Amino acid sequence: MKTEDLLRGLAADTRTGPGLGSGLALALCAGLAGTALLFAATLAVRANFAALLLDPRILLKFAVTLSLAGAAAALALRLSRPGAAARPAARLLLVPLLVLAIGVGTELARTPERSWMPGLVGQYAVYCVLLIPLMAAPVLGAVLLALRRGAPGHPAWAGAAAGLLAGGLGAACYALHCTDDSPLFVLAWYGLAIGAVTLAGALLGRRLLAW
Amino acid sequence: MMLAAHAGDRSAYEQLLREIAPAVRVVVRRRFASFGMATHDAEDVVQDTLLAVHLKRQTWRTTDPLGPWLWTIARNKLVDHLRRRGRRVEVPIEDFAETLSAPEERPGADAADVERHLALLPEKQRAVLKAVAVDGASIGDTARHMGMTAGAVRVALHRAFAGLAARLRADD
Repeated sequence: MKTEDLLRGLAADTRTGPGLGSGLALALCAGLAGTALLFAATLAVRANFAALLLDPRILLKFAVTLSLAGAAAALALRLSRPGAAARPAARLLLVPLLVLAIGVGTELARTPERSWMPGLVGQYAVYCVLLIPLMAAPVLGAVLLALRRGAPGHPAWAGAAAGLLAGGLGAACYALHCTDDSPLFVLAWYGLAIGAVTLAGALLGRRLLAW
Repeated sequence: MMLAAHAGDRSAYEQLLREIAPAVRVVVRRRFASFGMATHDAEDVVQDTLLAVHLKRQTWRTTDPLGPWLWTIARNKLVDHLRRRGRRVEVPIEDFAETLSAPEERPGADAADVERHLALLPEKQRAVLKAVAVDGASIGDTARHMGMTAGAVRVALHRAFAGLAARLRADD
């Protein structure tokens, strides 16, 4: 086919969709709706939740997971736009890490050493590691679908950012249910679960986000 | 101009693509030459880049400069192409160059990859693409001629381009 003809054809194709950012926002709504259904079907919000919201250890879980999701969303968008610098968005990932570091530091400073191990091991670590990826799955699917309209230079990295985003939101959702409140638990098990979702995102992204 | 294209101004968009094509062609040919490769299939990269520019135009924001966006896409497509070529067995063509180098009617305007994948598209998409692109028919005329609605023609055209891009990508 002549390039000339291709050009003419391309110009005639005037269908435009939403921008990448609004596409991602729509996908997040759809994914979170799926997660909410899953949550309602399998889990319940922990007892006395409203009263617990003043507890800094509970707030820490949401601060870490939601700031992670926000930073990952910015990063995923940057990685999906040709020519956009990803570094500033990658630096945003330091925010959740810093918040978590402060939480862990405070925990270590303020609680006796003998409570550290029980806090770290927690009661429901296995549930945590299984349920966070489950809660993250609808979001990951929707986000990857939205990012297929992007053009990442490194599809696996964009997929990993999508995984971080989904993992962060999945973990925030699980935190509504989770009764293991030690920041050490969050560091170990939330970290492991979010890492697994990120890995899944990278593997899927390598296939799905290539263009 | 990309702004006008975003706003649905077809002629401004076509003008933009017409300016992008030769710029990309010059750069890709230079790269091919610097790698010591014959430039005869540089046009494949040009067409692949134009397809990507078109299909991924939603990744460009009105506030971004167009240059870095365009050149990143072109570079990615060039790298893809080199990677694919690396896996193929290439018959050295230089020996035949003298017999092959008949003067081209429209220099550098033809490419093999898109043509090859075009043949594999679903019948209706191919017919719409041919009518609109090669014969230069309007959407409305094509719709009347093929007994389709204008909307269906638009959808078929868009799917044809998306399908072409997917086939080019899977071609390794």
